[in-house]
Amino acid sequence: MPSAVPVSWYLILSAILFGLGVAGFLFRRNIITVFMSIELMLNAVNLSLVAFSYQHNQTDGHIFSFFVMVVAAAEAAVGLAIILTVFKNRSTLAIDDVSSLKN
Amino acid sequence: MEHASQQLWLIPLLPLLGFLINGLFGRRFPNLLVGLIAVGTVFGSFLWVVKSLQALGALEHAHVEHYYTWLESGNLNIGVDLMIDRLTAVMLLVVTGIGTLIHIYATGYMSHEGGFYRFFAYLNLFMFFMLTLVLGANYLMVFVGWEGVGLCSYLLIGFYTLKKSAGDAAKKAFIVNRIGDFGFTLAMFLMFVHFGSFDFKTVFDKVAPMAVEQTAGPLTWIALLLFVGAAGKSAQIPLYVWLPDAMEGPTPVSALIHAATMVTAGVYMVARSSVIFLRAPEAMDVVAVVGLATAVMAATIGLAQNDIKKVFAYSTVSQLGYMFLACGVGAFSAGIYHVVTHAFFKALLFLGAGSVIHALEGEQDMRHMGGLMSKIPITFAVLACAWVAIAGVPPFAGFYSKDEILLAAHHHHPWMYWVGVATAAMTAFYVSRAMFMTFFGKYRGHHHPHESPFVMWGPLAVLAVLSLAGGWYFKIPHFLEPLFPLAEGAHDETLVYISVAAGAAGIGLAWLFYVASPALPDSIANSLGGLYKLVYNKYFVDEAYNAAIVNPLVNGSRSLLWRVMDAGVIDGAVNGVGSLSRSIGGFVRLFQSGNIRSYAAWVTLGCVAVLVALGMAGGR
Repeated sequence: MPSAVPVSWYLILSAILFGLGVAGFLFRRNIITVFMSIELMLNAVNLSLVAFSYQHNQTDGHIFSFFVMVVAAAEAAVGLAIILTVFKNRSTLAIDDVSSLKN
Repeated sequence: MEHASQQLWLIPLLPLLGFLINGLFGRRFPNLLVGLIAVGTVFGSFLWVVKSLQALGALEHAHVEHYYTWLESGNLNIGVDLMIDRLTAVMLLVVTGIGTLIHIYATGYMSHEGGFYRFFAYLNLFMFFMLTLVLGANYLMVFVGWEGVGLCSYLLIGFYTLKKSAGDAAKKAFIVNRIGDFGFTLAMFLMFVHFGSFDFKTVFDKVAPMAVEQTAGPLTWIALLLFVGAAGKSAQIPLYVWLPDAMEGPTPVSALIHAATMVTAGVYMVARSSVIFLRAPEAMDVVAVVGLATAVMAATIGLAQNDIKKVFAYSTVSQLGYMFLACGVGAFSAGIYHVVTHAFFKALLFLGAGSVIHALEGEQDMRHMGGLMSKIPITFAVLACAWVAIAGVPPFAGFYSKDEILLAAHHHHPWMYWVGVATAAMTAFYVSRAMFMTFFGKYRGHHHPHESPFVMWGPLAVLAVLSLAGGWYFKIPHFLEPLFPLAEGAHDETLVYISVAAGAAGIGLAWLFYVASPALPDSIANSLGGLYKLVYNKYFVDEAYNAAIVNPLVNGSRSLLWRVMDAGVIDGAVNGVGSLSRSIGGFVRLFQSGNIRSYAAWVTLGCVAVLVALGMAGGR
């Protein structure tokens, strides 16, 4: 199936998504937003993995992106649990306020 | 003829045993037991010396015993070897015999002092090292003993640990001796370079066929450096300054170490190395002149001292000068002869002075004595024996040995004889002065003198007999003839009469000054003014040394070594490393804010930087 969409477009989209994730991670203060930004970065990477995999006609990238999804799911489970507990204990989701380990 | 082993090692080891027992357990022992162990071990050494000498017979040749190879490296082989020849025999008998007497005396003298066991432990250790020095069959063994007696001298001068002056005197003795030891060490290095051995026999066998050096060569240098060592140990110009201060120690120490035995180690060493010295006439001249100068200088200082022990200390320096004069003019046997007779009468003088000090509860200033003849008659009687012996009154001990020296000096250079005679007159004068100020006239002190106990005057009586008869009875030069050939030359009766007359004049003058008309010395001192002050202040030698050497060293150490080198460079480097890492850490610490997002920003920036760098490098 000759693709009308070149691989570089996928990669550019992946880079844009990754940049959005980084920006969200760096500049948003809400923990859930930060968490979502991380997921966004993971999926941007998944996209570039799948694109390269398709270009090279290999399955490694597909398998790898499945692994990333599994890890991301596990991470979401643990991370959301932590976020819930933090919110219960501190009634806040501002990331800069959760700094009692500092000092 | 070879003799069977005499187990010579027992001689030094017995006092070492005494040192170990008293030093380790003496604190718990009663004084009587400490004294018995100390005296017993030294007396045991004396008996073993006598027994060995009897077994060895005439001692025509040196008897050497090898026990153990101490160092073996290349062709260097140094053994723990002990040796007895006639010179050693004389020294051994003097050291152990007089050592025993002084140990006995000390049990009485030190009975009221603290640290009784410590004193005897040190004294026994001293005997061990002194016997090692005398018995050693190579220069390294002698050096071991040499350093050891220096250590014991230090410990015993500073025995009264609470007195600052005693500690200072001990340090002074040790440091001045180190200068001499440095010369000794250099002499040994030279010896190793030229002869490859430290063994007496090997070295002397190699030296013996060598010609007499007309100009300064290796033998002259070795001899001169050995003499530097001897000058330190035996208190000769310019290293004599420690001996008068050494009188801070207890009086038995002054008698044993700083009069009878240790300070004669230098003379012994020069006499032992006579084979080297005889082939280095320039070094011999140096020895003779230094000895003579020391004899004169110390005698003049002795004229004006008021501390009874200081008088005898300068007298010791002066008499040691005589011994070196003898060695320097080639009359080694006369030098050793004087070592022996001097050991008798000077030990007696010091112990007698100790008895006087003991009687007056610590008073040492002769201006506060006087009239003690009737109060402590036994002490006076024994001191009188030493008096006639040192003043050179025939036929007592000092007369014989001093006579031998003066005759040998005359044979060498007549002017040395005349200076020696003048010194003999001064010697007679200052000893008579001390005797008159102490025992004649009226008592000027405020203590209640009491006679010393028998343990103290018993040894004094033995020494008194030796001082009276020792010179006439022991024919040391004759006994040493196989080692040191007697000097040729007629025995000139006139010279003997002159020196005896000089001694008599000295005694007579002292009698005139201090008994007949006591006002005379003060008026003479006043009329001499500056000269008297110069002598009274010991020629300001200590002050000159302080100004020329000690103070520049101390100040230099303080400003350059301490302030610049230690505080500036070394401390500066250490502190600099510390503050440098602190400031680097203070800067780097800013990156560790604990804020995760700033870390993430840094990671991102880092990635971007890597990507940019890769891009610049061509995407590879």
